[in-house]
Amino acid sequence: MLSKSKMLWLSCTLAAATGLGSVAAGARDLTVVSWGGTYQDAQREIYFKPFSEKLGKPVLDEAWNGGYGVLQAKVKAGAPNWDVVQVEAEELELGCGDGLFETIDWDKLGGEDKFIDSAVHECGVGAIVWSTAIAYDADKLSEGPKSWADFWDTQKFPGKRSLRKGPKYTLEFALLADGVNADEVYDVLSTPEGVDRAFKKLDEIRNDIVWWEAGAQPLQFLASGEVVMASAYNGRITGINRSEGRNFKVVWPGSIYAVDSWVILKDAENKDAGMDFIAFASEPENQKKLPEFVAYGLPNKEAAGMVSDEYKAELPTTAENLDGAISLDVNFWIDNSEALTERFNAWLAQ
Amino acid sequence: MSASTGTGRFAAVALIAPLLVFIAVFFIWPLFTVMSQSVSDTAVLNLLPRTAQAAKGWDPESPPTVEMKTALAEDLQAVEDRQALGDMTRRLNSAQPGFRTLMSRTTRALRKDDLPDLGEVDERWNQPVYWQAIVGALSPTTDRYLLAAVDLERDVSGNIVAMPEEASANRTIMLRTFWVAALVTLCCLAIGFPYAMLIASTEGWKRQALLGAVLLPLWTSLLVRTAAWFIILQDNGLINWMLTGLNITSGPIPLIFNRTGVVIAMTHVLLPFMVLPIYSVLLSIPDNLMKAASSLGAHPMRAFLRVLLPLSLRGIASGSLLVFMTAIGYYITPALIGGAGDQMISSVIAFYATGSANWGMAGALGVVLLAITILLYAVYGRLSSAEERRG
Repeated sequence: MLSKSKMLWLSCTLAAATGLGSVAAGARDLTVVSWGGTYQDAQREIYFKPFSEKLGKPVLDEAWNGGYGVLQAKVKAGAPNWDVVQVEAEELELGCGDGLFETIDWDKLGGEDKFIDSAVHECGVGAIVWSTAIAYDADKLSEGPKSWADFWDTQKFPGKRSLRKGPKYTLEFALLADGVNADEVYDVLSTPEGVDRAFKKLDEIRNDIVWWEAGAQPLQFLASGEVVMASAYNGRITGINRSEGRNFKVVWPGSIYAVDSWVILKDAENKDAGMDFIAFASEPENQKKLPEFVAYGLPNKEAAGMVSDEYKAELPTTAENLDGAISLDVNFWIDNSEALTERFNAWLAQ
Repeated sequence: MSASTGTGRFAAVALIAPLLVFIAVFFIWPLFTVMSQSVSDTAVLNLLPRTAQAAKGWDPESPPTVEMKTALAEDLQAVEDRQALGDMTRRLNSAQPGFRTLMSRTTRALRKDDLPDLGEVDERWNQPVYWQAIVGALSPTTDRYLLAAVDLERDVSGNIVAMPEEASANRTIMLRTFWVAALVTLCCLAIGFPYAMLIASTEGWKRQALLGAVLLPLWTSLLVRTAAWFIILQDNGLINWMLTGLNITSGPIPLIFNRTGVVIAMTHVLLPFMVLPIYSVLLSIPDNLMKAASSLGAHPMRAFLRVLLPLSLRGIASGSLLVFMTAIGYYITPALIGGAGDQMISSVIAFYATGSANWGMAGALGVVLLAITILLYAVYGRLSSAEERRG
C-alpha cells in the first residue's frame, strides 16, 4: 500500500512538474525575426551584433517565411515569443488594422520626414525596399528577355519558366505580358474582366511554369538549368552573383517593388528594447552598410544618399531601375488576396 | 463493493491520470477547438448587435435603409477591442472582397466625425452586396466553411448550390490527396513486402545492414531527403545523366515537377513505415511452415499465397494504414518535387491557417478530411474483421 501511494504521489508530482516547467522560464532576451538566408546574415553583422554590444545583452534572431496567420496566432495566444518582426507591406496593413502591433514612436526615429513616404506607417518603420523581377542566366542566354511579353514567348525562349506560387505578382505579370501599361495594371485587375484576362494569359504558359515557394528556389532552378528564366527577389539575384560568381541578370522594367517594415508585436515582453533596436537599425550610419551585403533599397533618405555608386546600380530605388517598375498595390491585395488565392488554387488544380 | 477495491480503483485512475490529462489537453481539446472553429461564426454578431436588430426584415435585394447605416455606425463606434474588430473585418472580407479597405476607411472617418453618413464616407455602403455579407454573418453558427470545403455555397435565398468551377477546387484536391496516398501505399507495399521478407530470411550482420538501410533514412530530416530527391530527379540529375549517358533515352525524361517524382520521393520517405510492421510479423511466423508446405507438394508460389501471405496480412494491414494515413497529410514533398497538379490538401489548409488566418476554413477542411479518413478506417475495420472471421 505504501509503495502504491508513493507511486501515486510521484505521478502527481510529475504531472505538476510538466505543467509548471513551461511557466517557470526566465525573462527572454530581445528577439528579432527576419527573412533568413544571406539577408539575415547581413543584418546580423550590421544590426544585431552591434546592437547587442550597445545593449550589453544578447539579441536573439529567428527566421520566418511570412504568413499573417502566424503573427495573429502569436499575439492572440498572449505573451508572444517574438518582439520585433520584419513584415511585408500587406501584413503591416492587416496587422495594424487588427491591433496586432504596437504603435511606433516616430520621435525616437528622428521624425517621419527622415524617411521615404512608403516607409512611414502608424505601426511600422520601413526596413528595405525590395523588388521582384525577371532573372536569367546571362552565361546561358546571350540575348535575354527584356519584358514580361518575352517571358511569355516560348518560341523565342524555349524552356521552362518559374514564378512564385500564388496570385500576387503572377496576375500583375500576366497583365503586363498581355500588353497592359504599367500604370494601369491595378485598374485592370480591379475589374472581374481584368482578372479573367490575367488567368487567360496564364493559360498560355501553364504547362511551361515551375512554381516556386521559397525565395532561394528560383535561383537554384536557374543555376541547375531547370528553367530558362524566373521571377526572383532582386537581392537574392545579385547575392548569388557575388557569392557563387554567377552571371544572373535582373530585368528591371516590369518589376514590382514593395517596402518591408519592422514592427513590434502587441504586448511583447521587450517592446521598449525593440523600439530602440528599430531606431538603431534606421540610423543612416548603420543602414548605409546594407547594400554592401544585399542589394536592397534604403528607406532612410540620408542613408540612401551615402551608398557608393558601385552598389547603387543594383538597387531597386535607383532612378534608372525604377523606370517602368510598379509599386505593389497593398490595398488591392488586402481586399482580394483570399478570393484570388482560392481562384488561383482552383486554376492550378484544373 | 469493499473499501479496498474502491481505493484500488482510485489508485489505478490516479496512476493513469497524467496520461488522460495529456490526451485531453493535447489531443481532444485541440480537435474540439478545430471542430468548433469550423462552424462557429460569432465574429460579426458579437460586435454588431444594433445592426442585427436594424437589419431584421430587410430585403437583401434592396438598398440598405438609413436605420441600418446609423446602427452600424453606432456599433462600430462602440467597439473597443481592435483585435475583435480585425476578426470581424477578416470574416466579412472573406465573404465579400473589399471589406478590408472599406472598414479601415470607415473606422478612420468615425474617429474624426461623430456619426457620419456611411454612404458618404464610402459609396460602397450604398450597395446591397456589402450588407448581404453582414446579414449573412449574423447567425452564431454557420455551415459556410463546411460547405466551402466541398465547393458548395448558399445563394442569396439560402439554397445550397455548387460554387462556380473556377472559384474553388477543394474536392479535386481532396480526391487527388487520397489517390496519391493510395498510390504511395501500393508502391510501398510492392517494394516493402519483398524487402521485409529478405530481411527476415537473413541473419547476423546482413540483417543488421539491411535493417540499417531502412532505418537510417528514417533518422534523416524529411526536408533533407526531399532535397536529395530533387537533386537526383532533376533534368540534369543523376538518373537522367545515367539514362542519356548509356544512350537509353535521347533526352532527359521528366521525373520532377510531376506525379512520378512525388510518388517516388514519398515512397522512399514512407517505406520504413511499411517494412517495419511487416518485418516484425514475418519474424513471428515459424519458418518451418513454408518447408512443411513444400514437403506436402505445394509450389513455392502456392505456398506463399496460401501460407505466408495470409499469416502476414496483419503486418501488411498495419503497414498500409500507417503509410496511407501519413501520406494524406504530406505537404513538403509535393510542394518541392510536385508540379502545379500535385499539390495536396494540406497545402490548402496551410494557406488558410498561416497565410490568411481564416481558421474557420482551415478547421472545416480539417474536419472534412478527418471525416473521410474515419470513414475509410471504418471500412478497413469492417473488411479486416470479416477477414479474421473467415480465417
